[in-house]
Amino acid sequence: MKIQIDSEVCQGHGRCYDLAPSLFGDDDEGYGKVLRAGVVPPGEEQNARLAVANCPERAIELIEET
Amino acid sequence: MAVDERFARDFREARGDEPEGTRNEIVTGPVADWATDFSHTEPEWAADPYPIQDDLRQRCPIAHTPRFGGGWLPTRYADVAAIAYDTERFSSRSIIMSNFRPPRDVAPIGGSPPISSDPPFHHDARKLLLPAFTKKAVARQEPATRALCHSLIDAFDGQGVVDAARDYAQHIPMRVIAGMLGFPPADGPQFRQFVENTLEGINLPPDERITRMSALFDYLLAQIHDHIDNPREDLTTFLINAELYGRKLEPSHVAGTMALLLIAGIDTTWSAIGASLWHLARVPADRERLAAEPALLPTALEEFLRAYAPVTMARLVKQDMQWHGADMKADDWILLSFPAANRDPAQFERAAEVVIDRQVNRHAAFGLGIHRCVGSHLARMELRVALDVWLSRIPAFTLADPSMVTWSTGQIRGPRTLPLRLG
Repeated sequence: MKIQIDSEVCQGHGRCYDLAPSLFGDDDEGYGKVLRAGVVPPGEEQNARLAVANCPERAIELIEET
Repeated sequence: MAVDERFARDFREARGDEPEGTRNEIVTGPVADWATDFSHTEPEWAADPYPIQDDLRQRCPIAHTPRFGGGWLPTRYADVAAIAYDTERFSSRSIIMSNFRPPRDVAPIGGSPPISSDPPFHHDARKLLLPAFTKKAVARQEPATRALCHSLIDAFDGQGVVDAARDYAQHIPMRVIAGMLGFPPADGPQFRQFVENTLEGINLPPDERITRMSALFDYLLAQIHDHIDNPREDLTTFLINAELYGRKLEPSHVAGTMALLLIAGIDTTWSAIGASLWHLARVPADRERLAAEPALLPTALEEFLRAYAPVTMARLVKQDMQWHGADMKADDWILLSFPAANRDPAQFERAAEVVIDRQVNRHAAFGLGIHRCVGSHLARMELRVALDVWLSRIPAFTLADPSMVTWSTGQIRGPRTLPLRLG
């Protein structure tokens, strides 16, 4: 599973790095960024989904890999 | 001693005494039909706007009023979001719905950038402020905020009933933002006057409003002069020195942004803290659970922000148009109710209920799109610390007298009198 943030859509609400600090961080202006190139380690899938579901701008995309 | 010619004369003199713009007849009094004559300044709305909004959402999703020179009130999440995102058709050149519209040429900057700004200027004015308000930056305020909350509770000094709005909630954001701007903490009572004049004096005669707003800008100008003479590590000195497009900011930009940070930093968080305590005083099960499970607080406070979102914004329609069935005219107001959006059942399950462990909560309390509240991380920190300290010190409390609770009028809603019985 991978995650990515659309930086055109992100407004820096920070819900992702509040809810899933192991997957997301923030830049110097508070916009969200993915950690580890967006790779979701095993066991963190639920946190990734929680961040996606709580982004007010719907800026986070979850990419399920088969 | 530094000399800064920008502030040598009062920047307002260049504009003349009478700001140009459009004034309309002031209409007050009871509302018979909220779909065709709404007013967010009437006592019924202040006391409990949610049944009104729920009713409108079902039968007339975009209400109209001839008051304030004409305006619209969308109540569905989808409509509120669409307007928040559409900066082409809706301008932020005034964000307080009143009986005065500033002249069109104040766009794209507006009187209090960046909240009053439109693209493309908005982005650059906002970018200046963002680093000071990141989650990491505001975390530096947390120890002092926590100490302040404790000292406010210490001052209750064994009283059985306290006014949590007046004696607790209001002081927290006031002291924090005063500290960040570098204003004397003792000036708090003046800030309350400025806030009330700006946000609650909507239906005063325009000249009276202008006179009262002058007092705020007189104060800010005095602070600017003091900071030019004695620069220090705070937002006021930062704004005085900040540059945009290779030049120092216009004096009206410096003062306008200071006004924004002061006003928007106080009333909103004061309201959120008060409304959360009001809820917990009325719902013992939620209060007991949160007191027992402090780890739930970050989740619960998002739900308080959803259900009791304090902030409603305004926009101005740029040109005549049909919009989602509404016959909008240029310069009609839009009352952009994030509280109404947050209770739309099409967006939220159990929208009318307060569910303190709600896991999925895509609320719009801090707005949507480019004007996302620049202080949202600060507000969340203050709300979390204020509730955490209160619940740890005072786990048991109830409304002393529900009939004594009063709510602010206008676009920022929160308790202004909140007598709580402790223990």
